[in-house]
Amino acid sequence: MAYTGNPAPRLSDSAAGTLPLLAYLAIALVLMVADSRGDFGAKARAQLSVVAEPVWWLASAPTRIARSLRENVNTRAGLQEENLRLRRELEVSNARLHRLLAVAEENQRLRELLGGTRGYRLQARLVGILDVDLDPTRQRILLDAGSQDGVAVGQAMIDAGGVLGQVVEVGPRTATALLLTDPDHAVPVQVARSGLRLIAFGTGRVDRLLLPNIPQSADIRAGDRLVTSGIGGRFPAGFPVAVVENVRPDESGLFMLAEARPTARLDRGVEVLLVANTLEGVDDGPPLPPPPPEPEPPSEPEAPAADASAPAAADAADVSSDDPDAEDGHP
Amino acid sequence: MNRAVSAWILYGSLFLGLLVMVVPLPVGMDVARPYLLALLLIYWMLELPDRVGLGTAFLAGLAADLVSGTLLGEQAMRLVILAFLVQRFRARLRFFPLWQQAAAVGALLLNDRLVALAIHFAAGTGLPHWGTWVSPLLGFAIWPWLFLLLDELRLRQRERTG
Repeated sequence: MAYTGNPAPRLSDSAAGTLPLLAYLAIALVLMVADSRGDFGAKARAQLSVVAEPVWWLASAPTRIARSLRENVNTRAGLQEENLRLRRELEVSNARLHRLLAVAEENQRLRELLGGTRGYRLQARLVGILDVDLDPTRQRILLDAGSQDGVAVGQAMIDAGGVLGQVVEVGPRTATALLLTDPDHAVPVQVARSGLRLIAFGTGRVDRLLLPNIPQSADIRAGDRLVTSGIGGRFPAGFPVAVVENVRPDESGLFMLAEARPTARLDRGVEVLLVANTLEGVDDGPPLPPPPPEPEPPSEPEAPAADASAPAAADAADVSSDDPDAEDGHP
Repeated sequence: MNRAVSAWILYGSLFLGLLVMVVPLPVGMDVARPYLLALLLIYWMLELPDRVGLGTAFLAGLAADLVSGTLLGEQAMRLVILAFLVQRFRARLRFFPLWQQAAAVGALLLNDRLVALAIHFAAGTGLPHWGTWVSPLLGFAIWPWLFLLLDELRLRQRERTG
């Protein structure tokens, strides 16, 4: 009796143990699928990041304390020396800035001459990085500012070296940014020397970007500097991204493959610059040709000609403004 | 007797496990970070099976996902699988000598790495850094000390309360 009674409870015991397991696994699976497809994860995280904030705050406390200690015990001589160096750098930067201002003015004038009405205006903001190690298989960092400080999803992140990545999730007081080198990340770039437009993908390694599907005839070689092309409007144009390290044929032999090293300090900086590309004025499509100065109802035969030239001009403007996007799609 | 272990020690230690998950380490060492949260969960499941179960593991995993920025539900799944295995082999694990217990814990952590690998492949993120395989070894090395430390804490607290 005692022996026959034994197996039954064990069986029911195991069934009772397996059922909750399956239930929990199913919930976890649904969560994972929802997170990887669609933006449910980002929303949930934004809501729930309040729970994680104290942990992040505590985890980054040692670095913060060490930093403030270091600042406090700096000697007077060291501070003076640093002050001098910074002032010198500021002068150099100011000189460079003045030249850039002149160039920007010239650029604006040329733009007006071309009749373009669309211009991007840069808004920058300095944001601290919370010194916290997130999951090492995904290249992300945590920023010490959130929606309360005006951080928004999609803002580009740069440092002194160049582009670092972009903001992907925003909580009330913290934000998560995707680094340039995450496998999920791609940035439209341009070879500074030849103007060739490409897309740089992250590889998951801190020191490597990949540029696939380059045509054989393309003008690119090791040592070329890559800058953002501004296509897509997310990253402002002209910021350095990476330096090409090598170019070789890909597996198919039909295209070239380039590897590049990011110029930004991706491993560990202290502060980054968040840059937002805000449109000046309303984005109302391609610029319209200027209206004809005088109405031309009196002369009948000339009207069709004028009509024909106006759409042609509009088409031309359309093509020239859409051209980058079209090329963006091809590679 | 179980009542003697205060919630402070139990949940405080789990919170510490979350904290260790994101404390900054030098570059290169962060991939081999020992999975302290899993170790703590194993310990509490061995000692307090009626208070720590699959549910605790699931919630701890979700919190870990939020804190460390992994796919929502990834660590929840990993820890639930781990907890289930510990429950299944609890009777044997408890009466192993310490070094043998550590080896079993190391095997559990290795299995956890494999589950994580499967999840990463399914999610389409690439092959992890080789350093991640050092993490179970570190867990194996830490387990005896963690076990002794927590036992000491628990016993001392029990003496104090009664």
